[in-house]
Amino acid sequence: MARYLLSKLFEAALAIWGVVTIVFFVSRVLGDPTVLLLPMGASQQDIDTLRAALGLDRPILEQYGIALLSMLRGDFGISFQHTRPALDVVLERMPATGMLAGTALFFGTLIGAVAGAIAALRRGTISEFVVMTAALLGQATPVFWLGIMLILFFSVQLGWLPTGGSGSLAHLILPGLTLSVFVSASIARLLRSSLLDIMREDYVRTARAKGLMPRTVFFWHIARNALIPVVTMIGIIAGELLGGSVVIETVFAWPGVGRVIMQAIQAQDFPVIQAGVALVAVIFVVTNLLVDLLYGVLDPRIRQR
Amino acid sequence: MKPLLEVRNLTVEFNTASATVHAVNDVSYTLAEGETLGIVGESGSGKSVHALSMVGLIAMPPGRVVRGEVLFNGRNLLALSQRELFDLRGKEIGFIFQDPMTSLNPVLTIERQIAEPLRRHLGLSASQARKRVVELLELVGIPDAERRAGQYPHEFSGGMRQRVMIAIGVSCNPKLLIADEATTALDVTVQAQILELVRDLKKKIGTTVIWITHDMGVVAGLADTVQVMYGGRIMERGPVRAVFNDPRSAYTWGLLKSLPHGSQRGVKRLYQIPGNPPDMTREPVGDPFAPRNRFATERCFRETPPLVDAADSVSGHKVAAWYDLRQELAKLEAASHD
Amino acid sequence: MKSFFSALLQSRAGLFGFVLVTVFVLAAILAPFLGLPSPTRSDLLARMAPPTWTGLFSPGAHPLGTDELGRDILSRIVYGSRVTLIVACSAVVLGGVVGVLLGIIAGYYRGIVDRVLMRIVDIQLALPLMLLALLVVAALGPSTRNLIIVLALTSWLRYARIIRGQVLALREREFILSAHAIGAGTWRIMLRHLLPNVLTPALVIATLELARIIIMDAALSFLGLGIQPPNPSWGRMLSDGRVYISTAWWIVTFPGIAILLTVLSVNLLGDWLRDYFDPKLRTSR
Repeated sequence: MARYLLSKLFEAALAIWGVVTIVFFVSRVLGDPTVLLLPMGASQQDIDTLRAALGLDRPILEQYGIALLSMLRGDFGISFQHTRPALDVVLERMPATGMLAGTALFFGTLIGAVAGAIAALRRGTISEFVVMTAALLGQATPVFWLGIMLILFFSVQLGWLPTGGSGSLAHLILPGLTLSVFVSASIARLLRSSLLDIMREDYVRTARAKGLMPRTVFFWHIARNALIPVVTMIGIIAGELLGGSVVIETVFAWPGVGRVIMQAIQAQDFPVIQAGVALVAVIFVVTNLLVDLLYGVLDPRIRQR
Repeated sequence: MKPLLEVRNLTVEFNTASATVHAVNDVSYTLAEGETLGIVGESGSGKSVHALSMVGLIAMPPGRVVRGEVLFNGRNLLALSQRELFDLRGKEIGFIFQDPMTSLNPVLTIERQIAEPLRRHLGLSASQARKRVVELLELVGIPDAERRAGQYPHEFSGGMRQRVMIAIGVSCNPKLLIADEATTALDVTVQAQILELVRDLKKKIGTTVIWITHDMGVVAGLADTVQVMYGGRIMERGPVRAVFNDPRSAYTWGLLKSLPHGSQRGVKRLYQIPGNPPDMTREPVGDPFAPRNRFATERCFRETPPLVDAADSVSGHKVAAWYDLRQELAKLEAASHD
Repeated sequence: MKSFFSALLQSRAGLFGFVLVTVFVLAAILAPFLGLPSPTRSDLLARMAPPTWTGLFSPGAHPLGTDELGRDILSRIVYGSRVTLIVACSAVVLGGVVGVLLGIIAGYYRGIVDRVLMRIVDIQLALPLMLLALLVVAALGPSTRNLIIVLALTSWLRYARIIRGQVLALREREFILSAHAIGAGTWRIMLRHLLPNVLTPALVIATLELARIIIMDAALSFLGLGIQPPNPSWGRMLSDGRVYISTAWWIVTFPGIAILLTVLSVNLLGDWLRDYFDPKLRTSR
């Protein structure tokens, strides 16, 4: 288990380093920030002074080395737009993104798990058909369009909920619902097929031959094993949601991490882009690490490695 | 001897969208208490399905018991409620399945998997169950049982897992133990050890056993009675010695011929029964083995032979055949001398 | 081929997907011959005209209404499908070719080549695909070509991973071993022996990827990073129409339905293909 964990940690560190490196070089391609920072018609001398101050006059590899070292200390530089530390600008948005992600994950998983279990247990009935049709539609619907449709119905037509922004529970409902639909559709489909696969396993027959009650067979022998791939899926979704759903945050004007990165890209605010992407990568990698750990708890065969 | 199990006209079908599979056709037999019955047949002969269907372990649908009765201690199992079946399985009838690699739950400890029926049927507490699990593991010959109980199936070898399966099967001292291809997935030495263990256990706890296998050799060393099945029917049954020395069904004869003998090892190629297994989706008419039987008469294709006492043999030796195998073999013998 | 179609006829969902996909593809190809008004011609007298069937006053004949510039929505959807189809198919093919080749190379050479490739996959997987796409489009600038590159970039690793696994298994099979034994060259083994054996799973992945890419393409266009105007694109229609949501619901509703139906039909077809060719792939998605 210790070796398994250590190799996973190493892989995680490597992945974060890779992402940070790519982002560093990609942002150099984006354009010259001095053009944005200085007023139009600034003298060449002003430009050079600023470039020197920002360290942009040094060779690119030296810049990369300096950037990497400061990033390790959590220093991503000062945001051009906000003139504050870039990491602060991004971290401030974490609670909003976290709240949205948490809501969507909780309700999405709950609904998806129940629906998936019903579809698998009521094989060949109208319930299965309804659940699977809904899940197929849910997976085929672009989330941002679903968000717009929900705004159209609940905000424009009925006037019950705000069209966007944040600050109250009412603001959370529509974006949360939109993302929950997406989450539950994926989970319902995966759990159903996973359950149906496990139900055919020999050890389920063994469990039934032991005379165990159907409830015990389902929870301890079927669901316990069917959950393993679902946990991976939840981990991937959690990572994506915690990284900030750019489109949904744009549709609902939700002040999250995804939106701030998007705005930084448009404004060529390098420090914020780098801080944001590094944060998202860390979240992503840490969620994956947690999933791997949970995997070890669920599956003793992996724990042994 | 008093009968423990009486199977009467058991017929099982599987209905799929495109076809109906006639898995078990009109199977009847009696099993005495303490007897060991070896059921032999190739895959698709209905030998496993008939045993599983007795206690509701086949998927229904698509499976369906069309007719028949299964009297276990006088109670018709096919008429039991679900709840009564749950109470019976694992307690009065224990199972040992083939392929111990897939028949144990990979994510639960061995202790938990053996303790489950103990706690459910015998109402043992957690600590009582634990004690009993260790006893059972020792009984089936697993060394260091205390420690091994806390391990997972993947930490056991194939033979050891099969021992665990046996421990589960006998955990509640069942009156009947049904072993389905219990040694098939194991290599020959391990197989011999497991068979030795079962013989030993039978002496100790005196369970009635149904041993389902495709291997005539296994049956010879273990069973009192052998029952040969083909195409969902019983082709021949009787005391092991009688059936082995004096087979009356061409199918049994073929199976015995394909067994390796000490004397012919490496000299002659092993005999193989010609032809393919029967198409079970066809309406069962006639002797199912007829298309592969060199001795088949025209009647074999038309009419299903009943299972009747074999002429001039010991009591209990029964065969379902229109032809007389002894005569046919004698003719064959004579022809080869010419 | 015959059994393929008779199996397709057996499955309601698969058939539904197949028919719908065919209709969409035909509509996209035949768009200029369908008698639709020009998708870019604005009719300022008929701005935000409601769909004709709503019974509301609607100047001109616009079955799905017009947008804020008076352009026919049905026509824009049909012409938008051409753009979507070209972009999505090119991305699927590009990502597929790269992914399959890298998957074969990784699975064939194993060792260091395999480890490096899989590490690259891991690094790329440490970022949400959407964020990766945003960054790359921002760096390269929005254009149709760059959009295709970005979408392919989000797609290649799915092929690479699955194909690599298949090749690792194939490698040990007799026909590959015997190809080695008779001295067939590396490239010959990869192209003549391995490639044909992984085409079926690649086709299945491609269909499922197509659906994902269509949604992603729409999302990027929605954020203004996809196809640039005046070319009609579904995502752009949604973001433009969003402003008029309280006065002209049809502008945002119909393009979304078009995306939904397209993705749904491709998914249904893909699921069916997967179950038909290789049910084992189900868990690898």
